[in-house]
Amino acid sequence: MLNYTEVMVRYGELSTKGKNRKDFINRLAANIQKTLTDFPDLEFHPKHDRLHIVLNGTSFEEVDQRLKKVFGIQTYSPVIKTERTLEAIEKTALSLMQATFKPGMTFKVNTRRSDHHFEYDTNELNSMVGDYLFDHMDGLKAEMKHPDLVLRIEVRLDGVYISNELLQGAGGMPVGTAGKAVMMLSGGIDSPVASYLALKRGVDIEMVHFFSPPYTTDKALAKAKELTGILANYSGKINFIAVPFAEIQETIKEKLPEGYLMTIQRRFMLRLADKIREKRGGKAIFNGESVGQVASQTLDSMMAINDVTTTPVLRPVVTMDKTEIIKLAEDIGTFDLSIMPFEDCCTIFAPPRPKTKPKVDKAREYEARLDVDGLIERAMAGIEITPIYPNQKFLADKSAEDADLL
Amino acid sequence: MIYFDNSATTKIYPEALTTYNKVATDIWGNPSSLHKLGDRASQLLMSSRKQIAGLLGTEVNEIFFTSGGTESNNTAIKGTAIQKREFGKHIITSSVEHASVANAFTALERLGYRVTRLPVDKEGRVNPQDLKNALDKDTTLVSIMGVNNEIGTIQPIEAISEILDNYPNITFHVDNVQAFGKNIWDRVFTPRVDLSSLSAHKYHAPRGIGILYKKTGKMLTPLHDGGGQEKGLRSGTENLPAIAAMAKSMRLLLEQEPENAAREQAIKEKIYHYLKTLPGIEIFSGIDDGFAPHVLCFALTGIRGETLVHTLESHDIYTSTTSACASKTADEASTLVAMHVDDKIATSAIRLSFDASNTMEEADQFIEVFDGIYRHFAKINHLGE
Repeated sequence: MLNYTEVMVRYGELSTKGKNRKDFINRLAANIQKTLTDFPDLEFHPKHDRLHIVLNGTSFEEVDQRLKKVFGIQTYSPVIKTERTLEAIEKTALSLMQATFKPGMTFKVNTRRSDHHFEYDTNELNSMVGDYLFDHMDGLKAEMKHPDLVLRIEVRLDGVYISNELLQGAGGMPVGTAGKAVMMLSGGIDSPVASYLALKRGVDIEMVHFFSPPYTTDKALAKAKELTGILANYSGKINFIAVPFAEIQETIKEKLPEGYLMTIQRRFMLRLADKIREKRGGKAIFNGESVGQVASQTLDSMMAINDVTTTPVLRPVVTMDKTEIIKLAEDIGTFDLSIMPFEDCCTIFAPPRPKTKPKVDKAREYEARLDVDGLIERAMAGIEITPIYPNQKFLADKSAEDADLL
Repeated sequence: MIYFDNSATTKIYPEALTTYNKVATDIWGNPSSLHKLGDRASQLLMSSRKQIAGLLGTEVNEIFFTSGGTESNNTAIKGTAIQKREFGKHIITSSVEHASVANAFTALERLGYRVTRLPVDKEGRVNPQDLKNALDKDTTLVSIMGVNNEIGTIQPIEAISEILDNYPNITFHVDNVQAFGKNIWDRVFTPRVDLSSLSAHKYHAPRGIGILYKKTGKMLTPLHDGGGQEKGLRSGTENLPAIAAMAKSMRLLLEQEPENAAREQAIKEKIYHYLKTLPGIEIFSGIDDGFAPHVLCFALTGIRGETLVHTLESHDIYTSTTSACASKTADEASTLVAMHVDDKIATSAIRLSFDASNTMEEADQFIEVFDGIYRHFAKINHLGE
């Protein structure tokens, strides 16, 4: 295993300018530090176009796992710092190349000197190191224009920094740079993906989840929390706001015509999400709706539901096909959990034939028969806020005990 | 004590018994219950199934738990024959199967199915060509054992699989009760095998639990209808302590599979070469790779198998007359009869069956004891004169 000494992180979205750029960099540096907070030996050095993480003995593999998931990073490279001698440079270059080279790859050496008093200039270094590699490895092929591997050698006053891997970061914007919003998280496949996409654009989200005991089980709630734990890998801690919804559902079921059960329930959910957003200083509501996927997600339904607020309701997966959403859910690691079959509150009171073209007027008219304010107030009084940390588990995981027994 | 009757049953691993006790004591909920006790049991059931599927190289949903080899065989055979009765009523087996296969075929025969019982050669092996000739348009099922329980012959499952590759509609069942953990799994559990039976107590797990492998897509009529456990194929509350213990013993056994099989083979060869020197001894098992490493069947001419078993027992050595299942009811060994071994010799046959727990020292001790017994009987019967 190679002994990397530091990691160079390059920022994304370089088009950002002025104060925004400074916010961007500060936020990204803070997010990176936060995600690596349990590695006490790391040192962080933010610069205007990149950030250096000095490993001080911490394994790069573990840092790599975390960095992969930090939004705002374009690329990053593990680096080895060596002495300022040709021998040390050549040796390190060889071990890096041997670790990463695969037959058929092309490469080039790219030297930069910030210390122009170093005894060799860039051209000399390029050719000497290149020659050394040719002498000690088989199958190498140089290619100046589009090489598969670039061996970067950077000569600085305090040492020589060598790397040859360019790892893709998650891209996007640092979480928090776009402000705060609430996310309506059910527990299905779509809303975790929508959450991921919101986080990717730098939105700091808080989860709003509706639960209806005894109609929904503890497991459904635990599942939504555990999904949040997976998403927290991309953002650090996420607040999970559980909203009791059974009374509202029972009232609607008792008093209103079946065709509008779904529409009115959704209007209540949106109202509650908006109330929570307002209280917590958010500027938008995100959800996992996709046009036409179910009865509540037709344009008519969206219009009838959206009627309760003027706050922007943003739908990151609105035009994605189910297969595209599933693909992304698999990539971010939420899919397997999402398909666990615990009923959530969206399905338990689903009418057999919901209106796919509900009318706004009708919805308002029916709703007027209910004590809307009282219902909202009581639901708000029952909310529970839980901070959820990366990979935190809520569903009883007995696999360790099982492994012991088996 | 020397226990050379491992094809009859094996001694439970202490680790498997510990698992059994822990599960029976702490995870006793019904896996079908909705509450958390049921939930916990259901999780462990899933973990066990996953582990077993991993060990056997199958998909998780292809593993069904039964009460043992007899039930697995009956479910496979009757379940297939009934399920496919509209497509044909011709079913094929060999003439050297375990009673739970042979008698299931006889039962179906009484119900009007046409049964072909393939003959075997002098090593107890069916000829794949005979199978090919027996197939017709009414054939729905072929059931051939992987390893014969009486003399240890490995049946040509690979060659049969190749033939049946051309008959995808015929269900192929392999009784692998004697074949697990003997380092021959790939030869008796080919991708063509649709159904296969295992019995846990043959590999150091408790009684009353077994496995039926059922390839995805194969349809069986269940023999036990009820609450729909095991995806409706085998109703009845799952025997979770035994299932977990079985998963554990399978893992432990496979950890040392090649070493164990090699040692069993070495024990068998040592005794085999010794027996070869004795006049009046007839050995039915081979030591080549056409036989499983753990079974050695032979006869001492003129001495009933039962007599020999009890004589060895008096020296604290435990063996059996060929198949323990049938040995209390029938005098003759069915495999040997199918091999056209003379009746008199067949009734003299005894079976030694080895296992991971046996040692080379036990082989030496056996030879020493047997030598005395042999000389006694040889004198009385004028052997080698």
